[in-house]
Amino acid sequence: MLKVALIGAGKMGISHLSILGAHPDVEIVGVCDTSKIVSDVLEKYSGFSCYTDYLKMVDTTKPDAVFVAVPTKFHYKMVKDLLDRNIHVFSEKPFCLNPTESNELFLLAKKKGLVNQVGYHNKFVGTFQEVKKLVKEGFIGEPQHFLGEAYGPVVIKKKSETWRSDPNEGGGCLMDYASHVIDLINDILSPINSCKGAMLKSIYSKQVDDAVYALVGIESGTTGVISVNWSDETYRKMSTSVTIIGSKGKIVSDANELKVYFKSDEHPKGYSKGWNVKYVTDLTEEVNFYLRGEEYSSQIDYFVKAVQGEVPNTVNTFESAWKTDLSISIIKNNSK
Amino acid sequence: MERILFGDNQFFAVNHISDEKSRAQAIKFKDDSAIIKVLDDAMAAGINTFMCTTHDRIANICDVIRDNPKKYKDFKIYPCMPYAHKYANAVTELGIVGTLKQYVPGNFFGSLFKGGVAYINKDFISIMELLVDAEMKMFKGINTPVIFLQNVITDLLLGLGMNELLIAFAKHVESKYNAEAGFITMNLPKLLSVLEEGGIKNPIICASINKVNFRMSGGKELYEEVLKQGRCRVIAMQVLGGGAIPPKEALEYVANLPNVESILFGASSKQNIQNTVETIKYHDNQRVLVE
Ligand SMILES: NC(=O)c1ccc[n+]([C@@H]2O[C@H](COP(=O)([O-])OP(=O)(O)OC[C@H]3O[C@@H](n4cnc5c(N)ncnc54)[C@H](O)[C@@H]3O)[C@@H](O)[C@H]2O)c1
Repeated sequence: MLKVALIGAGKMGISHLSILGAHPDVEIVGVCDTSKIVSDVLEKYSGFSCYTDYLKMVDTTKPDAVFVAVPTKFHYKMVKDLLDRNIHVFSEKPFCLNPTESNELFLLAKKKGLVNQVGYHNKFVGTFQEVKKLVKEGFIGEPQHFLGEAYGPVVIKKKSETWRSDPNEGGGCLMDYASHVIDLINDILSPINSCKGAMLKSIYSKQVDDAVYALVGIESGTTGVISVNWSDETYRKMSTSVTIIGSKGKIVSDANELKVYFKSDEHPKGYSKGWNVKYVTDLTEEVNFYLRGEEYSSQIDYFVKAVQGEVPNTVNTFESAWKTDLSISIIKNNSK
Repeated sequence: MERILFGDNQFFAVNHISDEKSRAQAIKFKDDSAIIKVLDDAMAAGINTFMCTTHDRIANICDVIRDNPKKYKDFKIYPCMPYAHKYANAVTELGIVGTLKQYVPGNFFGSLFKGGVAYINKDFISIMELLVDAEMKMFKGINTPVIFLQNVITDLLLGLGMNELLIAFAKHVESKYNAEAGFITMNLPKLLSVLEEGGIKNPIICASINKVNFRMSGGKELYEEVLKQGRCRVIAMQVLGGGAIPPKEALEYVANLPNVESILFGASSKQNIQNTVETIKYHDNQRVLVE
């Protein structure tokens, strides 16, 4: 049994906790949240040992691994403290408030040989995994242009202030929402390393951006567009998609449906020339416990297996999340 | 429960395989009258149970049903609660205490301010009951013999080991609404053991059941095994496997499974409703002939 603890039992943390609770190889040894109501309810009805001080929790319960799901501004300090104590870490995204911090943590985890993963769950979505395969194996040829998009109804009126509306705490559409798309482009194609121009727009928020529109370049030289808006109420929930135009074909994919067009007979097995449509249901492995999307269960399962030494620790590493933080800062700097 | 139940996903742009289809549905069902028309088509095809989320718009549908008592005399609704997006959004905006203030009805907050946070924790079960009551308001005067907990909540509590709350939900629904509790889940085998341990015999469970193993945690074989044992009254949903299986083939599979009491499906056109009903009836008749 792997001894696991959680810091931050908010919306994301509670979902991790439920999936971990159902995992056959995991024993939850502690939960830390500064909110009394949260820790009292978890203590009383789940029987977890709850703490308000994370250092006290890890020093008492001696977990093998810890999940960090507190607001982003706390990630750096907490993850560092955990790595210093030789604990494997799963951190929520975005990784840190700036790439300097994430770089330091990536190097520290590497030096210590600790398993490290960040919660960019789209990498565990079947359609996006297939997109990556098609691109990496060259089936759509040389990428010529890409479009990364995400829309959803997070801020659809003027709201009371939370940490999400504070730029110093990791709030705003670029960090909180667009980071998913940026991370996906970085992974499927190559890391975004230049920005030809970006607009961060406020729609309802006073202090932070609600939309991000940017022209960007990636390491391999191709250019593309990032278009993200979290104040779009025509979506029921977040919808993330990528379009990639290549010399031999074109891909349009979201988390549910992958459409790919091959210009010639050079296509992978199971596809044909012209348009093809695949659904995530055809591309998804069943999970042992389902809560809210297979990808949330699979990413946890992957992390647990990595700690157990059964899979290599190569998906959503601190290194890749550092590069995403770097791309985020490049876009931010070009919007000024 | 009736053999065929009508669902509501299509009305609220919930489509598990295509964002484009979701948008088309949102446009089609913009007006409540479009929903009523499809419900009437379902009734004409012999379906008298509507299983629906406690979405704001369902309140309007309930008004229509109450205003036409003769027409909807035999009509039943199985409410499924909560409409989770509503609470998730509220927690983002208002925090947990703020959300409770907004949604827990009645005089509760007098007591909250007196007792403070400690009060909330001691009596979390009463809060849950008050939230259920708030969600049930819109169904006043409508026949709701089974009341469901949505899978996001069922499975969240299941993973957190909050079995006591699952059982408390069932007790409340029974004592206050004289109804049976139902549980929607993507983890049928695991849930069933927990409910049985909590003293609920032969529970009503609505789960994803299909030929392609879609959202059947633990796997199809395990599900088939549990079904054979007849320990629960099962409603099969997502029988099309999210669209992966041709309807005829999909319905043949579920209609022939043992101990599946009801099949839940949703459709937006009269033609699709009729076809589905006919196909299920055909397989049921075949089975009777064989037996
Ligand atoms: N992967 C995703 O799609 C996704 C989705 C939502 C959030 N997130 C990320 O998860 C993290 C948390 O977001 P959330 O939406 O769950 O926020 P939240 O506000 O709902 O939850 C944060 C929790 O942390 C607790 N907390 C705050 N400071 C603490 C401290 N010092 N010690 C212990 N607990 C503390 C709070 O009481 C709260 O319960 C963020 O980094 C966010 O970007 C990721």
